[in-house]
Amino acid sequence: MPSATCVSCNGQRPAALVRPKTSEPYCKQCFFDAFEREIHETIVKEQLFKPGETIAVAASGGKDSTVLAHVLKLLNERHSYGLKLVLLSIDEGITGYRDDSLETVKRNQQQYELPLIILTYKELYGWSMDEIVKAVGRKNNFSYSHEFHYLFVLYFFPSGTFCGVFRRQALDRGAMKLSVNKIATGHNADDIAETILMNILRGDIARLKRCTLIMTGDESDDSEGSIIPRCKPLKYAYEKEIVLYAFYKRLDYFSTECLYSPNAYRGNIRTYIKDLERLRPSSIIDIIHSGEQLLVKQSTKMPVQRVCERCSYCSSMPICKACLLIEGLNKGVPKLGIGKTERYRKEMQKKDECCSDQSLCHCMKEKLTVNEHN
Amino acid sequence: MHLTLEFAGGAELLFGKQKLQTIDLPDNNTSWTIRTLLIWIRENLLRERPELFIQGDSVRPGILVLVNDTDWELLDGLNYQLKENDNILFVSTLHGG
Repeated sequence: MPSATCVSCNGQRPAALVRPKTSEPYCKQCFFDAFEREIHETIVKEQLFKPGETIAVAASGGKDSTVLAHVLKLLNERHSYGLKLVLLSIDEGITGYRDDSLETVKRNQQQYELPLIILTYKELYGWSMDEIVKAVGRKNNFSYSHEFHYLFVLYFFPSGTFCGVFRRQALDRGAMKLSVNKIATGHNADDIAETILMNILRGDIARLKRCTLIMTGDESDDSEGSIIPRCKPLKYAYEKEIVLYAFYKRLDYFSTECLYSPNAYRGNIRTYIKDLERLRPSSIIDIIHSGEQLLVKQSTKMPVQRVCERCSYCSSMPICKACLLIEGLNKGVPKLGIGKTERYRKEMQKKDECCSDQSLCHCMKEKLTVNEHN
Repeated sequence: MHLTLEFAGGAELLFGKQKLQTIDLPDNNTSWTIRTLLIWIRENLLRERPELFIQGDSVRPGILVLVNDTDWELLDGLNYQLKENDNILFVSTLHGG
């Protein structure tokens, strides 16, 4: 059992927690200082921001985005980054769905005194999820309740097909509309370690390289296409520390417990990482460092990133997935872009990535689980 | 023994959405520890899916335990001996952000 004196202030204050990164006891105040200072050091070292930039903080109302908003605002003032910060939230347009998360974001707006912009799928794509569900349902001659429609869409056309694809792009499209310079998301160390392991296990080297980058979409990123640069200031912050920071500071956030990931893959990896952390807490940061060191041989063939002919979003196909899906909806052929093997492949990918876009994940997994287990 | 239990971060969903409960543990000859408290919780409070809260004789990895606002890792973990009026908080970290 570690001693009860804080290593940072040498016992001036009693220790309150053990930091997983260092396995050392810290008092609350020193923990706050260290947590905030390390994020500041990450921002400076990785040159994430430039003075005068407008940064959209992807806000879902969850713990990561709440802490991110709070800390960025604090550091912006303390260290004079000279940034303009806005909260950006995406509303899929699902009526009847308990959208406490959006209510939380609205409270965050008050609490942090930051402008909040909520963009809807309707604005971005011309279709809300309700409308999509109706369109898909009608086509198949179903006349069930709205909820069933939604579950039907998600289950038979797994989240990746509509919601996952739209979600991924929603932030970018929203940011482009608002002329924001960069997006900051709340991905934490645990998320990134998980994604690294997942990509290694699947042999997905294309994703592996990108997922360790703290910033994607800027000059150093060799993919083309007009996507807004995206950075992860919390990349080296442990999830445990984020939760404790939010708890001790009484920050307001909304939590949906992912009762069980329907995709066993990421669920298993999450469990594995948590078990590792228990045995050796530095494992998480070690995995990230290892992932960063992995290099792909020059001779390896990588998928080519190009640009969608319709909307200029980055894509590996001539027309990006979202445009394809929208075209299908507009033409009354909602299954366009949803082929058999295509669906399976996307299901595997997008289900895994649902929670990696954490800034947007309202986690429909609960609903999916109910359906699957019945 | 009188205790306050708190559940947060999503953990409350496993306990009928109750974030705060006061409980009274029966007095017995051996003193209560977190280990024995967990057994009591599983038998008396857990509404559903015990495996989402408890793993083996401890909490599922990803659930933090704070006793009177202090990390249980500073306090002997499972073997910590509970005292009258202790506040034990279980915070889940297992959800999207």
